[in-house]
Amino acid sequence: MPDAIETEEAKQVQAPFESWGRYPTYGAKLLPLHWQSDFPAVTAGLHNGALPVGMGRSYGDVCLLKDGNLLVTTAMNRLIAFDPETGLLTAEAGVNLAQILDFAVPRGFFLPVTPGTKYVTLGGAIANDIHGKNHHVAGTFGRHITQFELVRSDGSRMLCTPTENPEFFAATIGGLGLTGLISWATLRLKPIVSRKIDYEGIQFHGIDEFLELTNQAKDIEYTVSWVDVTSTGRNFARGVFMQGDHSSRKDDLIKSAKPKLIFPFEAPGFALNSLSVSLFNTAFFHKQIHKRVVALQDYEPFFYPLDKVLHWNRMYGKRGLLQFQYVIPWEHAKEGTIAILQAVAKSGLASFLAVLKAFGDVPSPGMMSFPKPGITLALDFPIKPDKSFPLFQRLADMTLELGGRLYPAKDAAMTAPQFQAFYPQWQHFAQYRDPMLTSSFWERVTSNS
Amino acid sequence: MSTTVQSTTATPRKILVLGATSGIAEATCRIWASQGASLFLIARNGEKLAAVAADLKTRGASFIDTAVADLDDTDKHPELLAHAINSLTGMDIAYLAHGILGDQTEAERDFNTAAQIIHTNYMAPVSLLTWLANFCAQRHSGTLAVISSVAGDRGRKSNYLYGSSKAGLSAFLGGLRNRVDREGVTVLTIKPGPTKTAMTANMPKSEKFADPESVAESIVSAIDKRKDILYVPFQWQPIMFIIRNIPERIFKKLNL
Repeated sequence: MPDAIETEEAKQVQAPFESWGRYPTYGAKLLPLHWQSDFPAVTAGLHNGALPVGMGRSYGDVCLLKDGNLLVTTAMNRLIAFDPETGLLTAEAGVNLAQILDFAVPRGFFLPVTPGTKYVTLGGAIANDIHGKNHHVAGTFGRHITQFELVRSDGSRMLCTPTENPEFFAATIGGLGLTGLISWATLRLKPIVSRKIDYEGIQFHGIDEFLELTNQAKDIEYTVSWVDVTSTGRNFARGVFMQGDHSSRKDDLIKSAKPKLIFPFEAPGFALNSLSVSLFNTAFFHKQIHKRVVALQDYEPFFYPLDKVLHWNRMYGKRGLLQFQYVIPWEHAKEGTIAILQAVAKSGLASFLAVLKAFGDVPSPGMMSFPKPGITLALDFPIKPDKSFPLFQRLADMTLELGGRLYPAKDAAMTAPQFQAFYPQWQHFAQYRDPMLTSSFWERVTSNS
Repeated sequence: MSTTVQSTTATPRKILVLGATSGIAEATCRIWASQGASLFLIARNGEKLAAVAADLKTRGASFIDTAVADLDDTDKHPELLAHAINSLTGMDIAYLAHGILGDQTEAERDFNTAAQIIHTNYMAPVSLLTWLANFCAQRHSGTLAVISSVAGDRGRKSNYLYGSSKAGLSAFLGGLRNRVDREGVTVLTIKPGPTKTAMTANMPKSEKFADPESVAESIVSAIDKRKDILYVPFQWQPIMFIIRNIPERIFKKLNL
């Protein structure tokens, strides 16, 4: 077999690498890593910076490096060890959550934390310290990582755990891929006895009802809400509160050929073909005819309704889309969310899918992690350069005033002063950065010119 | 809690894999491992081989053993193969996946480079298959699954050294099949199109590049169905039919 990776730089492939938002787009050299030993040899002799990337599901520019070298880790996806007693899975960082689920679910295990897509690598999940619908009980993904190996561009390898190289452990969780290459990591999976989720969907009108439902659902593992951001007046901030637990009744762990249960509202697929955003939101709300819907459903539609529609990001066209996700602390949660929703409604830039969720107080292990106690709202907007960015600036300033912060994985717009105010620890974090690694995001938010 | 998942065969199949760190071989072995197969893996690079073996063990292989060996060294083949089969206590499938793309430009200038490609892609498999076919024929059972290439169907200026080595291999496999079929031995010629693996890491990718996972699924299925020749993805069969039948007078003017 040829060690093709070792051939000279001249032959390396230059290609555009899109983030999930399809904005911005930058050319970069793609250097696939197939083996743990490929890095840092593959970057020897390169001068213009590098960045490890996985599936490219971040929205903005945290996974981009203009005119640089992207170290694509997706072929580095081997499992290393699994202990069915403890649920500890050790795997190379390029393995993605879909591959982990394919392995784990038939064995009676599930991801401890999952975002709304399963097309995220293990390394990417750590580097963005992702969160899920169970943040209020489980905290972030990084909390369930017991150890990983960090490879630096000078060739040194470091075992990182909460007690060994703890500062690099903290810097790398939520460290946006800038501290080195995560070559492998150990993740603690959680036991399940069924593929199914005991699901309940409840309509609400307004933030008060949302907060009340959140309060009632404290002991329910998964909660998330979809909010209609297009309606005003009586219908302002109406939505559907969705909650669920892993079914405790022993049932199939292996996927049946045909799904037996139907998603109680097929909103996402429907939405993507809809031309009218507000029509969609109204339909979404009323699709659930009853105030409460109870169902037993497979985990896939519950967690990953949009994954069925591959490349749904393309519906936003060539200009792409941008998510805007903030967290604001409890003290300002209610009036802040209302103020921001009003600003969005007023702007006329409607968001298709607005997702509202309460973060719990389980601390993140990461130095730069996004989640903190309070309310988080994610909005996605098609990009209209003259309109979107002024709105984003306004929303970012509001978030800052409310004591909140924005999520780098979803950002392409915050300014350097905004970022540095959201994450005042950034200069401390910068000490742990690998000198060779950088990203377009990092260049943008740390340049003070 | 049980860790064996979806075991499809009562007794685990015994599979010998040559070139186990190749992208297609690795993807194929993951399917076999999840079915609980017994695997003996041979590759050149010990570190990579260990990573592949750990992955397959974790995925459910019921037995794994490995040997680090340079398959260019044909003198060592009989001993190596005997050791592997002894370790597996038998063999149901031998899967040959080793090969090099080689540097076509360099091979046009330098015969040693050309000879290296031919040795690795043709001479070494002939040596291995001679031994393996005789072993299987004696026992009247077994499958020899061998990765050739669509590039062997017609020589093209961009890779005719690689292509000609695979053409020789495909012809050899045809003859071998003709010989051992009556002994109850199956020979599968696998002709993948371009696939996204380490071998092609430096080629500009187009939509034509297949994922190793889907290629692997087709290979496992073709072995189970005791097929003779597999084009994978299947679209390459009609495409190569057309390419084989373009008159030479026209073909020599084309940039394929």
